Amino acid sequence: MYKTAVLGAYDSIYGFAALGVDTFPAATPGEGKARLRKLTDSGYAVIYITEALAAALPEEIERYKGRFLPALIQIPGVSGNTGAGVAGVKKSVEQAVGSDILFSEKQ
Amino acid sequence: MAVTQTTPTRMELTRLKKKLVTAVRGHKLLKDKRDELMRQFLDLAKENMELRKAVEEGIRKANANFVTAKASMPEEALHTALMAPKQEVYLEAERKNVMSVEIPVFEYRTRTADPNDIYSYGFAFTSGDLDDAVRSLADVLPQMLELAEKEKACQLLAAEIEKTRRRVNALEHVMIPETRESIRYITMKLDENERSSQIRLLKVKDMMLKEILGTP
Repeated sequence: MYKTAVLGAYDSIYGFAALGVDTFPAATPGEGKARLRKLTDSGYAVIYITEALAAALPEEIERYKGRFLPALIQIPGVSGNTGAGVAGVKKSVEQAVGSDILFSEKQ
Repeated sequence: MAVTQTTPTRMELTRLKKKLVTAVRGHKLLKDKRDELMRQFLDLAKENMELRKAVEEGIRKANANFVTAKASMPEEALHTALMAPKQEVYLEAERKNVMSVEIPVFEYRTRTADPNDIYSYGFAFTSGDLDDAVRSLADVLPQMLELAEKEKACQLLAAEIEKTRRRVNALEHVMIPETRESIRYITMKLDENERSSQIRLLKVKDMMLKEILGTP
């Protein structure tokens, strides 16, 4: 039995608490990093992380990419969509195919 | 090339021939694996992208609703309202094997079946906008979980494809040509040895004939 979590600035994530997703506000990247490490060891299968926080912790995101669990999923925060999530999908395509053949023309 | 390191013996030749057969078969299998992984990956990536766009749009709308809600009620009241959630989301993660890559399949359950348990507050002191905001976010949640599943699968498949592609290339461009070259070298060397011993025998025969016939 796994749980889900949301990590990011308080204003971007507080709504998720109502749905039963555990929210963990992190104001600074350092705090976010420590929290993320703790979460990955304590039974969270899906951790949503705001794009703003994820941008500050690229090496942490990369660390969990090859693992079966947890799934770190970037979501846009309240301040707007930075396009990092879409860029992540494109990066996967690039890694697999060698170049982005699926979404490059739709830019 | 590695030709200089091979000892030109028959045993080595047999060994190399066996190695070549294995390498060619492995190459074919890995190539098939790569193609199938790629086919599955491309479908998955398209789904992933569509889902992501839907989820991002949903979250954008929900965030806008939350901003409205925040504007129409005191911040303390808002925080208090969301402090003790009634609902909880649990996930069951199963492993699905796609061409020897394990990808997760999530199945989610909520603690209570009542869809109205997302409203963890009394309605007297909160604005109606908060209800809308929570509702709009709850509508995106199933899609978000699906996105998590698809995106993780995409990442795992992409890593596996990269690995497989490297293996295929290593076999195709390094292993197989090198083994072929070594086999060619040993065959030539053995043939050459055979010819030289043949000639040696002919020469010895000539010498012996000369001795017997006693030509001056």
